[in-house]
Amino acid sequence: MSGRDTGVEFSVNRVAAMVRRYWYLLRSSWPRILDLIYWPAVQMLMWGFLQLYVSQNAGFFARAGGVFIGSVLLWDILFRGQLGFSISFLEEMYARNLGNIMMSPLRPVEFIAALMIMSIVRLSIGMIPVTFLAIAFFGFNLWSLGFALAAFFVNLILTSWSIGIFVAGVLLRNGLGAESLAWTIMFLFLPLTCVYYPVAVLPHWLQYVAWALPPTYVFEGMRSLLIDHVFRADLMLEALAFNVVLFAVAAFAFLKLLQSARVQGSLLQTGE
Amino acid sequence: MDAQNSSAIAVDTLVKLYKGATAVDGISFRLPTGSITGLLGGNGAGKTTTIAMIMGLVTPTSGTVTVLGAQMPKDRYRVLHRMNFESPYVDMPMRLTVRQNLSVFAQLYAVPDIDERIGTLAVELDLTEFLDRPTGKLSSGQKTRVSLAKALLNRPEVLLLDEPTASLDPDTADWVRGRLDRYRIECGATVLLASHNMTEVERLCERVIIMKKGRIEDDDTPERLLARYGRETLEDVFLDVARGRGQHREAAQ
Repeated sequence: MSGRDTGVEFSVNRVAAMVRRYWYLLRSSWPRILDLIYWPAVQMLMWGFLQLYVSQNAGFFARAGGVFIGSVLLWDILFRGQLGFSISFLEEMYARNLGNIMMSPLRPVEFIAALMIMSIVRLSIGMIPVTFLAIAFFGFNLWSLGFALAAFFVNLILTSWSIGIFVAGVLLRNGLGAESLAWTIMFLFLPLTCVYYPVAVLPHWLQYVAWALPPTYVFEGMRSLLIDHVFRADLMLEALAFNVVLFAVAAFAFLKLLQSARVQGSLLQTGE
Repeated sequence: MDAQNSSAIAVDTLVKLYKGATAVDGISFRLPTGSITGLLGGNGAGKTTTIAMIMGLVTPTSGTVTVLGAQMPKDRYRVLHRMNFESPYVDMPMRLTVRQNLSVFAQLYAVPDIDERIGTLAVELDLTEFLDRPTGKLSSGQKTRVSLAKALLNRPEVLLLDEPTASLDPDTADWVRGRLDRYRIECGATVLLASHNMTEVERLCERVIIMKKGRIEDDDTPERLLARYGRETLEDVFLDVARGRGQHREAAQ
């Protein structure tokens, strides 16, 4: 009989099992891999050429080299990070495998850890080739941002995970009827976090909302770096503080929604 | 040691309400360690909800479920690695091969010597030639056997089966029943089996719980049920209970 594992403690082994499960799926399907690269590449090319055009006609944009491409690449880290998390979770629902997972000794925190790792794996497969395309087409080297890039990345990925965790909870509670949320929720952040324009452009009252969202600090920080050549560590720390709060709220909401899913009996039947 | 502690599964006055509708209505039963029990009932009788509450997937509205001494769903992580299940409501990921699926679940359940365990189960459930085939490419009968292999990976002490031989041809179904019975005897596992297949329940189960509209209508050995209802098959007993003839017959007697 068993009894080897109490199933109580956090298990790296179980996280590794789930990562292996998603990796098997990813490598078995070339359309899934192509999809990771296709849209970020299209976005980057579109904004890159737009930047090229306006920089030839406006002095400010000529000075602000790479702002659009930088914005689109950082936006993709935020968007694709959440999508990578949510799609891995959705794969369990599409496969009707959630019951097997929930009935196994895998704990919610281990499940979330596996989804976070897969979010980074999927992001890497999609974004790394696109950053090299940006160098090849527009001479914009995201990697040259060095430590600043690391600070931007940490803050953006933390936000994307928080949103992904919240969406996973909603999906557990409401089934695939809430699927569209996984694909569209991040677009709410697109205008509010001021990806392509400074916060000052927003109406005064909306600026309060913008500054309550961690990515806003990252995009402001990126503009400061690329236009004024100043790395704003203060903005990164503020973003980190907001991210800690956002992550805690998302984790709490996930646990509450999971609890509610057990009460509603929606873990076995996760259809519409 | 009290009855609850000596039972592998103890269900006490269990109730589950869904938005005002009663799915399970105050049922109680205890399954001794090493026993095999059939849970019978028509559609909507509350079998799947009962099994889901035993697994900890659904929180009871009231009452308690204790599995291997742990209260479900509160203490489920104390015992989930000692349980397993098979149900038509879940599938294995289709794009993964049978071997990949089994090895992922084996790792989740901390099975030692994963390759050896998968090899043994593949032989026992006649899966060897399909091990490296995507699970989605298998026939429904083969998929059922893969699900059974997953359910037996961790040598569970408590095994919950929902229609375990659905989609199997009679020969394979009979062979799977034999395999399940052998597993229970060899490992001393407690098995709860929900099924519509009366032959299966009659052959495998030493006790039958019949549910109707969320309540337990009858609970006895197959032999005593047949004698009490004056029937020759469990199917007739089931029909008597489902159509409300059981009470009339007993009243007449």
